[in-house]
Amino acid sequence: MAILINENTRVLVQGITGKEGAFHTKQMLAYGTKVVAGVTPGKGGQRVEDVPVFNTVEAAVKETGANASVIFVPAPFACDAIYEAVDAGIKLIVCITEGIPTLDMMKVKRYLEGHPEVVVIGPNCPGLICPPFKCKMGIMPGHIHTPGPIGVISRSGTLTYEVDYQLTLAGLGQTTCIGIGGDQIPGTNFIDLLKLFNEDEETKGVVMVGEIGGTAEEEAAEWIKANFKKPVVAFIAGRTAPPGKRMGHAGAIISGGQGTAESKMAALRAAGIFVAEDLGTLGQTVKEVMGL
Amino acid sequence: MKVHEYQAKELFEQFGIPIPEGKLANSCEEVMAAIEELGLPVVIKAQIQAGGRGKAGGVKLAKTKEEAQEIAKNMLGKPLVTHQTGGQGKIVRKVLVEKAADIKKEYYVGMVIDRAQRKPVIMVSPAGGMEIEELAQEKPELIFKEPIDPFLGLLPFQARKLSFKAEMPVREAAKILTSLYKLFIAKDCSLAEINPLILTSEGNLLAIDAKLNFDDSALYRHPDVKEMLDPLELDPLEYEAMKYHLNYVRLDGNVGIMVNGAGLAMATMDVIKLAGAEPANFLDVGGGANVEMITQGFKILLSDPNVKLIFINIFGGILRCDVLAQGVIEAAKQVEINIPVLVRLEGTNVEKGRQMLNESGLNFIVAKDISEAAKKIVETLGTKE
Repeated sequence: MAILINENTRVLVQGITGKEGAFHTKQMLAYGTKVVAGVTPGKGGQRVEDVPVFNTVEAAVKETGANASVIFVPAPFACDAIYEAVDAGIKLIVCITEGIPTLDMMKVKRYLEGHPEVVVIGPNCPGLICPPFKCKMGIMPGHIHTPGPIGVISRSGTLTYEVDYQLTLAGLGQTTCIGIGGDQIPGTNFIDLLKLFNEDEETKGVVMVGEIGGTAEEEAAEWIKANFKKPVVAFIAGRTAPPGKRMGHAGAIISGGQGTAESKMAALRAAGIFVAEDLGTLGQTVKEVMGL
Repeated sequence: MKVHEYQAKELFEQFGIPIPEGKLANSCEEVMAAIEELGLPVVIKAQIQAGGRGKAGGVKLAKTKEEAQEIAKNMLGKPLVTHQTGGQGKIVRKVLVEKAADIKKEYYVGMVIDRAQRKPVIMVSPAGGMEIEELAQEKPELIFKEPIDPFLGLLPFQARKLSFKAEMPVREAAKILTSLYKLFIAKDCSLAEINPLILTSEGNLLAIDAKLNFDDSALYRHPDVKEMLDPLELDPLEYEAMKYHLNYVRLDGNVGIMVNGAGLAMATMDVIKLAGAEPANFLDVGGGANVEMITQGFKILLSDPNVKLIFINIFGGILRCDVLAQGVIEAAKQVEINIPVLVRLEGTNVEKGRQMLNESGLNFIVAKDISEAAKKIVETLGTKE
């Protein structure tokens, strides 16, 4: 039916009493997400949207059976929040926070090597949404999504909404949409999620939204060619971006001749993947290319 | 964030990386005073934040006072064009005057974050002086790399191994590599380069050049680094945007864009180009934008004389469409808008946002989706010209 999420997903919000945390807790609940707990150190005992707040993730998990966490903690404290969630046994962690220093995230990734069962989505991402289970762990507008056969993986936030909405308007809909984030070192990459979509029966095809910087798309292209059983449509943002300039996302920079949109599009095409050029008609393109 | 060579060398000194004796000079008089202190010969180095200074005539040896005077006069206050500056070049406002060193051998030392490996990687090469990209193309076998475990740091054996491979004096070189690693981590660098690191005829190692870039996300914990920012190195509009935490990059086209989200902003630039027009900028107002940020962003777009049309493309998530609408309306009250503004809104609180724009009495062109927006951009620009 979907990846990462199922009917037993019980969501914890770290940083629930902050402005964004509180706003999006309301939105997540309204979408149908089972938000069972929140954590803000020192604010245990309060309630946000009637969700109980705890001082520690450990206590939240013990009291409510929370098994997935979405993090709205400011950048200087966000990695600590990730460590705390892992320590409390949470297996799915979605970090929305933008602006985490690269060296801090590098340590998180190193730490996660010792916890292969844990999936960290983000940081600097919109999170993930699973329309079939009415579960949203993130900040995307819920109403633009509808259950359907497409999986979406994207390095972007709002560009993902654009794609998701077009899939909805095209009458397709989504199994799970994941924004992996725009930082240099994401917790989860395209290939990690493609592996899951490969095994998900309901997902009939995947849309991959990449952008300039790094080589994640090139690596994914190779992996898809060798392993992926379903059709993929890719879109790459930043064809008009100049080299050496950071385009908003910490990871979106062409440096040393590496990370251009051309290189990514060429690698994807060489792997037999359809690369859409026109964002305005992407939904229709997916429908035609995948024959759905 | 980038810094000048002389600033990078200040940090090198703090971390025990040997640098030539030198003085910063803002004028010909200061250059001459530096020479009194350092003696001759000296190397005079233009302080601009771009690579390729040597080839472009921005690094010169002066053997006499007359030569130094002539070099300083021709360098200070003049633009220097390198392959990285663009055609107009960058004005040289400061020069670094350094005691000339006797170069016996040149090496390359660099450190970056390897995104695919998710680790810092330290690189050395006995073929110093060349740019690393060039070296990677022409003599990749002469670049030696060691990935560093973030939990362990650069281990002594790795520093030794690299020094042996690059045929550097091992004890001294290993110390420099370790110091560079410590600096990289302590100051949250994204790039550190010594190119060249030289061996002098006395047998000492010396960092002749220094380049450091810093992780913008980590500047909050490095006020000393943040202070090194030279606003004169930035485009004035980019600097203005930075003050309001707006992600803005100036480009050459005539369609100004304001978008929430970096990916959508890049894609919006691409859409404009595909439709046959040219984007004037990248502007991501971000997820947490408030009314003031939107207002300032809008003002920045309007102050670019090349901009003939503004395209606001918002897919509301964290940033709610009503906040965007309010910001645009506020901006319109503060500055006169005499170019067409095309708006496309979707997402959180979209109805409220659209209603606010409709009721504002301001004249916006509205597009319901990206395809329609692309058409309207070309139509509007076409009829105006």
